[in-house]
Amino acid sequence: MSRPGSSPDEKGVSQNGDPGGQCPLFTNTLNAPVSPETRLLSAFARDTQARKVDLAGREYYSEEGKPFELRLVGKIKQQLSTDPTLHPEYPSSLGLREFTRKATEVALGKHSRAIVENQVLGVQTPGFTAAVRLGAELLRCWYDLSADWCGPVYLSSPCDDSLAGIFQAAGIQEIPSAHYPTGADLSQSQWAVITRLITSRRLFPFLLLPTQALCCGDMERDAWPVQHCASLGMELLCAQSFSHCFGLYGEAVGHLLCVLKQNSVLLPVQSQADKIVRSLWARPSVGGAHVVTTVLSNSAHLVEWQGEVKHIVERCMLIRAILREKLRLLGTPGRWDHLTQQGGLFCCTGLNGEQVEFLSNRRRVYLLPGGCLNVSAINCRNLDYIAESIHLALTSSL
Amino acid sequence: MSAYRTDDCQPWVLPVVKKVERLIVEDESLNHEYLPILGLPEFRSAASKVALGDDSPAIKENRVGGVQALGGTGALRIGAEFLRRWYNGVNNAATPVYVSAPTWENHNGVFADAGFKDIRPYHYWDAAQRGLDLTGFLDDLEKAPEYSIFVLHACAHNPTGTDPTQEEWKQIAEVMKRRKLYVFFDSAYQGFASGSLEKDAWAIRFFVSEGFELFIAQSFSKNFGLYNERVGNLTVVSKDNENLTRVLSQMEKIVRTTWSNPPSQGARIVSKTLNSPELFEEWKGNVKTMADRVLLMRDQLKAKLQALGTPGTWDHITQQIGMFSFTGLTPKQVEYMIKEKHVYLMASGRINMCGLTSKNIDYVAQSIHEAVTKVQ
Repeated sequence: MSRPGSSPDEKGVSQNGDPGGQCPLFTNTLNAPVSPETRLLSAFARDTQARKVDLAGREYYSEEGKPFELRLVGKIKQQLSTDPTLHPEYPSSLGLREFTRKATEVALGKHSRAIVENQVLGVQTPGFTAAVRLGAELLRCWYDLSADWCGPVYLSSPCDDSLAGIFQAAGIQEIPSAHYPTGADLSQSQWAVITRLITSRRLFPFLLLPTQALCCGDMERDAWPVQHCASLGMELLCAQSFSHCFGLYGEAVGHLLCVLKQNSVLLPVQSQADKIVRSLWARPSVGGAHVVTTVLSNSAHLVEWQGEVKHIVERCMLIRAILREKLRLLGTPGRWDHLTQQGGLFCCTGLNGEQVEFLSNRRRVYLLPGGCLNVSAINCRNLDYIAESIHLALTSSL
Repeated sequence: MSAYRTDDCQPWVLPVVKKVERLIVEDESLNHEYLPILGLPEFRSAASKVALGDDSPAIKENRVGGVQALGGTGALRIGAEFLRRWYNGVNNAATPVYVSAPTWENHNGVFADAGFKDIRPYHYWDAAQRGLDLTGFLDDLEKAPEYSIFVLHACAHNPTGTDPTQEEWKQIAEVMKRRKLYVFFDSAYQGFASGSLEKDAWAIRFFVSEGFELFIAQSFSKNFGLYNERVGNLTVVSKDNENLTRVLSQMEKIVRTTWSNPPSQGARIVSKTLNSPELFEEWKGNVKTMADRVLLMRDQLKAKLQALGTPGTWDHITQQIGMFSFTGLTPKQVEYMIKEKHVYLMASGRINMCGLTSKNIDYVAQSIHEAVTKVQ
């Protein structure tokens, strides 16, 4: 019988007690460190100040300050709920075929050569993280068959703090580093340089597309880097999310796109993906995917949806412009062109750690740890306060 | 195929589910945000309650928690990942994991992919007796290294349909407690097996009352007919609240790198149903409807085989419970059924009782009769 807290050198002998009386089994389970995002969320929740502003959320917020459902999405959900032909069947492990077809087209373009030549595999996943995880697992067991490949995987700096964790969970150890959430995208000519390097150095691109259509208001334009790589005949993985552009946050609608060099490897890769999925989540959930497929397959819906997305994008652009103008009028030091040069939901302000802390502690304005903020959370009620706060962060002696 | 079918061989959307779906779609106040990483709180607590019982002391003592997961598979995987990291030492992938022989085909893969290196079968099905091999089972429990993990089917064992009796469960629990073996329940059929939620949860509740710390991977795919919405919950029963908190904090970390935020639709449906007294009653009625139909088919199949004078005993068909039945047909007999009679069953002789209807049962009984009498 072991004692609690026994030395870790005792191999095979457990440090656990037995059930029903003695020491608990998970005495040695450490309290996991709270992630920066969670810490932020709880700090915000505990904050009793009326003026508090949360600019660290991940969803698109309406002018009323709440994540909302696209009108079209609400309509379609109603339709689908009364559709007698929809049956509660198990979807295939790789997801709804119609969905993966549309999701693939939306990333690569309908007439992509890779699609025509059957070099593409699409897998529906329960959300964006799941798509990245599946891609990471696939890379590990397929990419380099001759050796037990486990890295390196390079991530942009800054990036979503959970990204490294996902690759580690898939068994990849080497993750040097270090888009989402900077809003600073590369131009087409910059992409051209990068793809040339990737090809000549035989590197493998894993592209992340979490907020397609929310950057330029145009699905095609936002997917340009993916299409460019594919048109060059590159092999790539692309993790997509439909949460943002459809307002389907709670529905976990993700997609992993694999563009292969030859169609002869399609089936082996597909069977690997199937095997991995079966022991992770077995099959994806279908509700959100049905909505997305319905919209993308119907030209009238498509037009209506694009209209709503355009509205979202224009509002974000407007907020950026107004914020920049406010800062200029206040005489806030520094250059703020990057506010309007960046696009999409998020904005990397360039504020440093101290300034970000000043904002949360003294002004109750919560930014993401790296100084990035969610543009849509700014509205006519809090804009002045936010601009003032940023001004103070940069002008008060800290 | 393992989905429920009506007597017309159609998939069945539970009436209560249709009702609740409409309520949700019409709910203007619905929150459209990402769900928390551990899932919808009211779903998690309701799911654990349905497994452990309304008046569960463990729940009252605040030492029960839940992790919303992508179906039963997702729940198993998160539990397995946690155990591999934090059970029996830290990052001890050598702890043996025992799964029943036979078991659901995915159990092996889930634990292997979670990193466990040593996955072994434990005796379960006695093919000769067409029943539980209790002696073999208990023997494996006695011989397993201490702290080994055992995956137990809470009810309606898949694929044999054979569950231990209450007396047998008591014997199993006694050995597991003495040998410090870890209990990991797979509960995919609560309510669906006998028609009673309480009866189908008896084993789980007994183990909890015996003081075991354990995991329960719950699936609501079958008993809610929500196959496509991936609704699962990993119930964690800990020593106390402090342990529970630490365990859940690590589970959250694991979920964060797997799917991060679970899908909300299915969880909302289950949560609304379980948390409303009228809807809960209605759901229990729907579940009983499904269970009763399967029980009826079992009765009728056995009766018809006896009437035909099919050699052998067929009591196991009504003694077994749940969706599946191990008929005891040999692989050659199964081949005959498939090739000559176009009745599809697994090579193991496993039949999905939901595939039987009043229209085809005579044909199926006749086919089994022929297979048994013509083929050895």
